[in-house]
Formats: sequence, structure tokens, C-alpha cells
Amino acid sequence: MKFVDEFRDSEKAQVLRQAIHQVARELEPRLARPWQIMEFCGGHTHTIFRYGIEQMLPDCIEMVHGPGCPVCVLPMGRVDDCVTIAENPAVIFTTFGDAMRVPGSQKSLLQARAEGADIRMVYSPMDALSLAKKHPEREVVFFALGFETTMPSTALTVLQAEREGIKNFSLFCNHISTAPTIQAVLDEPDLMLDGFLAPGHVAMVIGLEPFQFIARDYRKPLTITGFEPLDILQALWMLLQQLAENRCSVENQYTRVVQAQGNAAALKAIHQVFETRDFFELRGLGSIDHSGVGMRPEYAAFDAEQKFKVKNLTITDPQDCQCGAVIKGLIKPWECQIFGKRCTPENPMGALMVSSEGACAAYYNHGYGRDAA
Amino acid sequence: MSNVNKLAGKTITLAHGAGGKAMRELIDEVFVKGFANPELASLEDQARFDLTELVAQGNRLALTTDSYVVDPLFFPGGDIGKLAVTGTVNDLAMSGAVPLYLTCGMILEEGFAIDELIKIVTSMKVTADEAGVKIVTGDTKVVHKGAADKCFINTAGVGVIPAHIQMAATQAQVGDKIIVNGFIGDHGAAIVDARGELALESSILSDCQPLHDLVQTMLKVCPTIHCLRDATRGGVATVLNEFAQSSQVGIKLQQSVIPIRDEVRGMCEILGLDPLYLANEGKLVAVVPPEAAEAVLAAMRLHPAGVNSVMIGEVQAIPKGRVLLNTGFGGERLLDKLVGEQLPRIC
Repeated sequence: MKFVDEFRDSEKAQVLRQAIHQVARELEPRLARPWQIMEFCGGHTHTIFRYGIEQMLPDCIEMVHGPGCPVCVLPMGRVDDCVTIAENPAVIFTTFGDAMRVPGSQKSLLQARAEGADIRMVYSPMDALSLAKKHPEREVVFFALGFETTMPSTALTVLQAEREGIKNFSLFCNHISTAPTIQAVLDEPDLMLDGFLAPGHVAMVIGLEPFQFIARDYRKPLTITGFEPLDILQALWMLLQQLAENRCSVENQYTRVVQAQGNAAALKAIHQVFETRDFFELRGLGSIDHSGVGMRPEYAAFDAEQKFKVKNLTITDPQDCQCGAVIKGLIKPWECQIFGKRCTPENPMGALMVSSEGACAAYYNHGYGRDAA
Repeated sequence: MSNVNKLAGKTITLAHGAGGKAMRELIDEVFVKGFANPELASLEDQARFDLTELVAQGNRLALTTDSYVVDPLFFPGGDIGKLAVTGTVNDLAMSGAVPLYLTCGMILEEGFAIDELIKIVTSMKVTADEAGVKIVTGDTKVVHKGAADKCFINTAGVGVIPAHIQMAATQAQVGDKIIVNGFIGDHGAAIVDARGELALESSILSDCQPLHDLVQTMLKVCPTIHCLRDATRGGVATVLNEFAQSSQVGIKLQQSVIPIRDEVRGMCEILGLDPLYLANEGKLVAVVPPEAAEAVLAAMRLHPAGVNSVMIGEVQAIPKGRVLLNTGFGGERLLDKLVGEQLPRIC
């Protein structure tokens, strides 16, 4: 298939693999411990597992699977708020598919639907807006979540709703920002990370500038990375070059999509509709300053948080859950005390077990560490 | 069926399930006319078969039942009626049985268009004739509007298994080859496409087809095929996990040779679905002794239902009970059983 197979070519993969091993061989004698490289984004985690990329890497490279899966970092309190809104008989609650299984403190959206709530899976926020036009007598709420990758499409949908004068459409906004989330990881005192594969589709929207502080202030090299398996290998090789040469800069592997300045139209829509919240809670990471965005007061008419008085409760994760330590790379998923025992994809306790992009579910589903558990 | 049906243009009412005149008219006009066979036309409460005829064909009966609730009722490549016949015929066929008789239980929603019902019944009859089975007894219930979604069908089926055929999920052995009879995931993708939420440019046809004749062709070449299952819900990955667990063997697949249409791959790329878990309605997975594998494959490719058959992997000793996929990129991964339903990924 065109534009797909080119980026999954096994011969090219072998060339990159050899190049990575070559750099590693030269540097290994200098290393006191393996390099820890974090792929921030859940999409990268998915690709790494789907293509068995970890098995292709030398022993001196350890991949750490970061917090960049928006489904995984969704706190239980917000899921509870979703369920409350969805159970209102006046509401059609719309959501992306993989958010349906995230456990709240009482139930997930999937369970709420089974109990009678009108919850519908959509593929884009525009589908939710179409539903609102089709059902003028109901309030259609869209569960907006994701990093800057999905923000533009929700923002543009709100602007469209405003233009068309649609009154029965609103967002339950749970969008989060990448830079403060990475910063929270970097501020972890026990941090051992040596570099980052940074999220290509976030960079497509926001450009390279918001990532510069990582190299400048925290002295960690990073590569903006695409999502095909060859992208990952090439980006790793680029990152190793930086490590080998003791450089720290923001490099762009994903040049076919990402421009240094980002996407001006997308940024304009985001800034028109959303504003930074003072703080927002991320599951496993806790409350992080400026990590979330909410809707500007001008768009209050489209804000489900204003239309429905949600409780906005903070619910602490189950005590045994070590999602936070996994996200920060402090322990491997299977080193969590409940991994594969009380926490499985069938019955997830922690968020990282919920989505196929969550590090724990990825390890579990692909068989790693399960025998040890 | 006569072209002028007395009930054309009308809708199902609760009276059609009440046991009186209206129900009798529905049965006569739609089902008896539609399925057109003497066993049904006698309208006894049960179909009756001559045992000696059955015994002549084998030494065991195969009995199966399945319910069909697909939405939408009509989709590219098939409809609920075709599905209700092929699904049950295929469940019988996977034991090596020759499928003979089906039942048809219908649950209809009040307000359902009888014209649609006639289309479904006609499709069932056409498919049953193709598969060489008769629909010999049935039942109709009508429920209040909203208590069911238009039309649900249950079919049970009976077939006879020839004495020398002994296939079971427990019989996979190290060295056996894994064969599929063509492109996988078509039905699952066709249903997602037919719901119209994605507005894709090209439409994908369901692979819905009876497989009994292909199975008989395969068994003629190799009567000792070890395992056979149709890869319906849960797809090829689920069937292989069942084989691996029941036989306590490992199964290794080669991603690069698994036949998947570009349209299906494309849809899966967009939605973050895995075609190995998508439903099929005309695909089987066979575990064949290595010495017979090439001959079985060659015979399958000469059959209309097996033109695109491919060997996709083999059975090995380890890891016991698990399925591994060589990704074709340099690594391999575990192909686990599906948890819940496949849900599209956010980004």
C-alpha cells in the first residue's frame, strides 16, 4: 500500500539497525548503565510493540514508555464527571472509542452505556456536531481529549458550531498540553532519562520552539519522530548520534510532516477557543501547573463544564497502582506489584492497562514480562 | 416466490406474532412460499427425517445454532439472511459434516417492512439452495417497537459427519502448516463501512459465503486435516489462539504473507484496528499435516471459495498456548486473544 509500505521496509530497517548497533558498540565501553530513552507518545509505544522494535535494539538502549497517551493519563475523577453528564437523559454523550473503557471510580463509559446512558462512539468531533444538528431536542456533548494533536479539530468544530448557531452542542474539555507534561517528568528527582523521541503530530501543530527548553534547560537531546517503524529507527539513530557527540538539540526526523513553525491555522483555532488552566490533574502524574486547557469565557455556551455542574472531584488512584512510577520510567511495567495479577486488560486497575497505547497493556498484550508476573 | 405478494408494502404488527389469521398469512405468504420445500409446507410443529438416509452418510450428527443481529441488515456482499444460512452451514462444515437441514427462528420488531422481510427470506432461500441445505422448520415472534432492532434471526443446523473424519482443535502438531482460504477481515471491514460513518471512497464487500464444498474438497485431498475452524467473530487471531491453547503448542505466523486487501488495510490504518481480529464470514483456518499441505493448498486454489488461499504459518513446540507473529520488519510479537471489542484509537 502506497505511503505505508515504504515506511515499513525490512531491508531499510536492517540498514538502520546495523547503524544503531554500530554507534552502540563504539560507545558501550563508556557507559556506566544503559541509555534510557523515552518515547513520550502512546502512538510511538504502539508502533514499537507492533513491529517488535525493542528486540532489534542493542542491550545498551532501554526504551521508557512515557505519559503521552491521553487516554492513559485521564484521571478517574474526570471519568466520573463524564459518566454523570452521560447519564443525564437529555444528553447524547459522544466519545472516541478507546476512551470508553477507562475505569472511573464507579464505572467506565462502556458500563454506563450498558446501564442505559446514550453514549455513542464517533470518529471525529464533526460527527458529534452532525448528531447535534440531527437531534436538536437533545444536548450533544463531545468528550474532548488529547494533546495538541486533537485540539485543532475540536477547536474548529466549536467555531463551526458557533458559525451555524448550533445551541445544543458542547465540549467536555480534557485537552492537555505536551510541554508542561514533559517538564513534570523532567522535574522528577530520580530521573535517569538520557533523551526523548518527541511526538511528531504534536510538533506538526505547535512546531519545534515549545520543545527547545528540554535541550536548553534540561540538557536532554530529543528527536521529533514520525509514527512508522522506520521513523522510529531513524530517530533513535539520530538521537544516538547526539549522545555520542555530547550534543543536546531539538532535531526533526519527521520533516515530511513537521515544519519548524508548526501549523499557523491550527494554532490560531486553538488559541481562539482554548485557554490554559492554572493546573490540571493527570493520572499517575498528579496535578501539573498549566498542563490542561479549558474553554475561553467567550465560548462558555459550548462548555459542558458550565452547562452541567460537574463535581470535578479528585479521586486518588488505588494505592497499589504504580502507574506514576512506570510513566516516569522509574520501574518497568512488570515490576509494578499488581501487573498481570490484579491489573490486566480485562480488568484494568491503572490507566496504563486500559488503552492499547498504554505501556502496561502493550507489554501485557505482547507477552513481555508476563511470565515473570 | 410469486412476484405479487399479498403482504407487499405492509408492515409487521403485533398481530403477525399472535397466532391468529395474520400470523398464518405471514407464514404462508412469506416463509412457506419463500423457503418452498415439502418438509416446511406440511406445517407440523416439527420437521421429521428418515434416519436410514442419514446413517448412510456417516456415523455422527453435527448440531449447531447461531443467532444473527447484524446492523445494517443489508450490506455490500450480503445481508442478514445470507449470513444466517452461511454462518450455520459453515459451523457444521468445520466438523467435516455435510450440512443438511436448517431451522429458522425470526424475532421481528413491530413496524418492520414486510418487503424487507421478503428480501431476507428470498436471500436465505437462494443461499440455502447454493449450500444444498433445506430450511425445514421455523418460528416467528413479534416484539413491541424498540424491544428488538428490526429483525433478528436464529438458525440451527444439522449435518452428518462421515465416519473417517476426526478434526478437533486439540489436534495441532509440531510441524503442521496453517492455511487460510483468502483475504481476511473483509466482512468486519464491510460492516464498519456499510454503517456509513466513515464515508470511504471504495466500498468493501463482505466475504460471506458457504464453505462446506471447499471443506469437502480439502478433505478429499487430506482426510486427516488436524484442525479446522471458520474465523468469524474475533478473526483469524482468535481461532489460532484457540488452536494453540487446546493443542498446547505454539503457532508462528508470517505477517508478510497474510492476505489482506488494500481497502481493508487502509481502513484499519485509519481506525487503529487490526485486521487479524476482524470478523470473516467466508474464511476458514486449517491446520494441515506438513506432508499434505502443498496438495491441500493446490486443491483449495482450484475451488472458487479458495482461489486466494495461502500458507501463513506453522505449528511449533513453543511458546505453548501462544501465537507469535513475525512482523516482517525484523522483530516479532505475541498475538493475544482480544479483550472486549476492538475500539478505534484516538490518535
